[in-house]
Amino acid sequence: MNHLAGELFRMLPFIVAAWLFVVGLYGIVTSRHLVHLIMCLVVVQSSTYLLLLGVGYKFGAAAPIFVDIPVGTPAVDPVTHALMLTDIVVEATVMALLLALAIQAEERAGSVDPEQLRIMRG
Amino acid sequence: MNHQMRTALFLAGGLGFFCFYLWGLHGLPGFGHYPGPYGDIINALTVYQRHATDAVTAVNFDYRGFDTLGEEFILFTSVMGANLLLRKQKDDREEDPPLDRADGRIVPPTSDAIRVAGLALVVPIVVFGLYTVAHGQLTPGGGFQGGVILASMPLIIYLCGDYNAFDRVTSHLLSEIAEAVGAGGYAVTGVIAIFFGLPFLTNFIPLGQTGDVLSSGTIFVISVLTGIEVAAGLVVLMISFFAQALVYRKPGNENRRLP
Amino acid sequence: MNNFLPASPVAVPLIVAALLAAVNRHIPRRIADALAIAASSWCLLACLFLMIRSSHGLIVYWMGGWYPFNGAAIGISFAIDPLGAGAAAFASFLVVVSFIFSAHYFDSIGTLFHVLMLAFLAAMCGFSLTGDLFNLFVFFELMSAAAFALCGYKTEESGPIQGALNFAITNTIGAFLVLSGVGLLYGRTGALNMAQIGKSLGQTHDGLVVAAFVMITCGFLVKAAVVPFHFWLADAHAVAPTPVCILFSGIMVELGLYAVARVYWTVFHGALAEFEAQTRLIFVSVGVLTALVGAFMCFAQRHIKRLLAYSTISHTGLMLIAFALLTHGALAGLALYVLGHGLLKAALFLSAGMLLHHLGSIDELKLRGKGRDAIRVPVLMLLLALGLSGAPPYGTFLGEGMIDDAAKTLHYSWISYVFMLAGIITAAAVLRVAGRVCFGWGDDLDRSQQEEGETDEGRETSGGPDIPATMFIPTLVLLLLGIAMCFIPGIRTRTQMAAMAFTDQAAYQQKVLEHASPPNYETPPQESLVPGMVRGGISTLLAFLIAGLVLLPHPFRRGIAGFSGGVSFILRPLRLLHSGHIGDYVAWLTAGVAVIGGLFAYVIH
Repeated sequence: MNHLAGELFRMLPFIVAAWLFVVGLYGIVTSRHLVHLIMCLVVVQSSTYLLLLGVGYKFGAAAPIFVDIPVGTPAVDPVTHALMLTDIVVEATVMALLLALAIQAEERAGSVDPEQLRIMRG
Repeated sequence: MNHQMRTALFLAGGLGFFCFYLWGLHGLPGFGHYPGPYGDIINALTVYQRHATDAVTAVNFDYRGFDTLGEEFILFTSVMGANLLLRKQKDDREEDPPLDRADGRIVPPTSDAIRVAGLALVVPIVVFGLYTVAHGQLTPGGGFQGGVILASMPLIIYLCGDYNAFDRVTSHLLSEIAEAVGAGGYAVTGVIAIFFGLPFLTNFIPLGQTGDVLSSGTIFVISVLTGIEVAAGLVVLMISFFAQALVYRKPGNENRRLP
Repeated sequence: MNNFLPASPVAVPLIVAALLAAVNRHIPRRIADALAIAASSWCLLACLFLMIRSSHGLIVYWMGGWYPFNGAAIGISFAIDPLGAGAAAFASFLVVVSFIFSAHYFDSIGTLFHVLMLAFLAAMCGFSLTGDLFNLFVFFELMSAAAFALCGYKTEESGPIQGALNFAITNTIGAFLVLSGVGLLYGRTGALNMAQIGKSLGQTHDGLVVAAFVMITCGFLVKAAVVPFHFWLADAHAVAPTPVCILFSGIMVELGLYAVARVYWTVFHGALAEFEAQTRLIFVSVGVLTALVGAFMCFAQRHIKRLLAYSTISHTGLMLIAFALLTHGALAGLALYVLGHGLLKAALFLSAGMLLHHLGSIDELKLRGKGRDAIRVPVLMLLLALGLSGAPPYGTFLGEGMIDDAAKTLHYSWISYVFMLAGIITAAAVLRVAGRVCFGWGDDLDRSQQEEGETDEGRETSGGPDIPATMFIPTLVLLLLGIAMCFIPGIRTRTQMAAMAFTDQAAYQQKVLEHASPPNYETPPQESLVPGMVRGGISTLLAFLIAGLVLLPHPFRRGIAGFSGGVSFILRPLRLLHSGHIGDYVAWLTAGVAVIGGLFAYVIH
């Protein structure tokens, strides 16, 4: 029991990351509204952030800012933070691009329900 | 496929994928036990090599500056793309004056308290945004974060006022030019290093004193350029979306429902 | 110049794109065209030069001057080899062609097209030249963002928007799969440089390595449009403007496969070496499935661009089979096949664009007989179809020959029949189009109509009485290059030497991390081209036979009509699966990753 609890704690952020990925995909598959679908895509994206941040963390370490702590104090990994923060801003704009497509879909086809947007079949 | 078949297929596939992903995650060293070496090396070297105390910004704009150049251009391309997709069609006409509409609702007029609060927030937001951009190499901050803060200023003006106020504060042309200058400037900074006989994106400015605002060489310059680009890009996005929703009308489509 | 050249294929197009965006509506269109063509021509020349120089040894270029510290890479490197530089050069060439062809397009949007295309080009060049895994992801995202916007350009119609949405959502999920895999690898090795990760992984092949391999590979295979991740490609091609389609089919899809090969050979080869036979079997099966599904769906289409899109899917399946053989001989054949197929497919899309420009439609049935006054276009399509079936002396024939030679030594010689079958069906489809459009042969009615979605497309240009030279000449040039590439002296040998360097993981690691000098590879013997010629000849004849059976009046008409009716009936479930609903696509994507992951978990655990 202890072993299981220890294992769970060791992997908790990663389990949540995997769960978010699958739940986001579920939302996309069963969505009835394009804006909801794009937000589910954002959920999938959050899963990758959680994975990256979880990988770079160190217990008992400080933030990698050496203004008030001396160089050499254990600090968490700055690389994953850097990768993630540019990704957030950038993916926000990619989602904006997708939302622009959703707006035009409503303009042209009169609907934002993926069930009605099936002209590309065959 | 109908809804049930699709969901059934996904539940089977999703469960399999979830188990597979967990099997892979099991091999990780465990939360809180980062093995290195990349992060540790950077933490040890940043202050000595670049006089920058914020290791995250140093990684972003110097060690892995080439990645950030690519990311910046993703932002640039997405904004241009959204611009392209929301452009005025041939049969659109512009509504004048544009009204904030909501079908089936009476929009109450904005109260004076909100207007004053919005006006009062403008200066602190801009100052804070500029502060965040300029101090990126010292404390948490940098071009991306500061740029987003700066871009929230026109948005506050829209929220606390109306579209006309927003329109007066922003300029589509200037924002597009600023965005292009910010993005192109980043690449040009990289090319200037080549004229000094160094590889692309190497630092060529004196590093200054650790802890000063004007330190860390090109990190500061690139951070400022990125801040300009992110802020301008987000403003262009806002202008495009507002124009699409509030200004352009199809003929015979006066009371359009917004999604 | 030494410092500038390796970085220039990315820096130059990005700077020119920013410049064009700043001066958007204030410069005349022709000046923007000239600047864009100049920037992409610079990329072409730089990449060709890099390709020739790197044949003497991998060119390693560290961005920002950050050389490795104690054997760990702290910066981002470009690791330029002939195959990567060749892919970037081909991408630049197609972008130049696209700019020339688009002289009559996009009148209303100022320079936005040029900005997006130049960003697309920079991303493709960076993608092919990089040696860092996260950098690969970043350029993948940049390629995708530019592609989504270019695909959805025609906002006046409903189809392009939906096609672009399907494209964007599936490819973004693919990108997130890649990022998750990269996160897993970073968690184990603490490195993002491909050579360093490969060295750190060594030979461990536990769950994490397998999961990372499957997720990264499947993410890139979404871009490569392999079954069951392929649904987006037909939608995107059917609606994107023609100058953009040639890039999608010509090089963008193939770059997905390039990334799979690059990541496998630099990162995972050591860890998965003892499972080569199982890996081969799994990916060859996926490739065969893709080739067949693509070929049959191709023949069933009447929207010409959608037909060509399915033929791309089919050929990508063949390319996956070539990669899956996991030898340097097959890889060399794959490189030549990609080049040959890319040239032909780009020329076919340009021909479709010319038909749309001149005749105002892209529906095969509506265009029946109308092509007679612009006869050079169907004639071009006929000549290009020969290349699809692998007839000599096209580039595809050369590549197929090398792939079959490699397959024979591995007891996979049956794949040559798959190549032939896919080639015959896709070539027959194009021949059918050419015959129907040019001579008006074939039935007026088409019986397989029930579940048709969009079958036609609105005009992309303002049309005209004749086909302008800026459209016809690039198409002719692409066709001639597709033939001429067979006659470049020593092309097979040089490609094989390049492939040997590509698949040498140890030499790659040593060069990137320790600046070791490259080993000498011995020149491989060249197999005879005669079996390939026989095979290509037979495929072409059979393609003509099938097209003729469908189109021409002959005594067995009734029988053939009944037979094709039966085939359509059997294919109906397959066509129904391609429903246009994004939820279906994502469900298949998830199921596909789960199945491939399960297979690898079973064989490697």
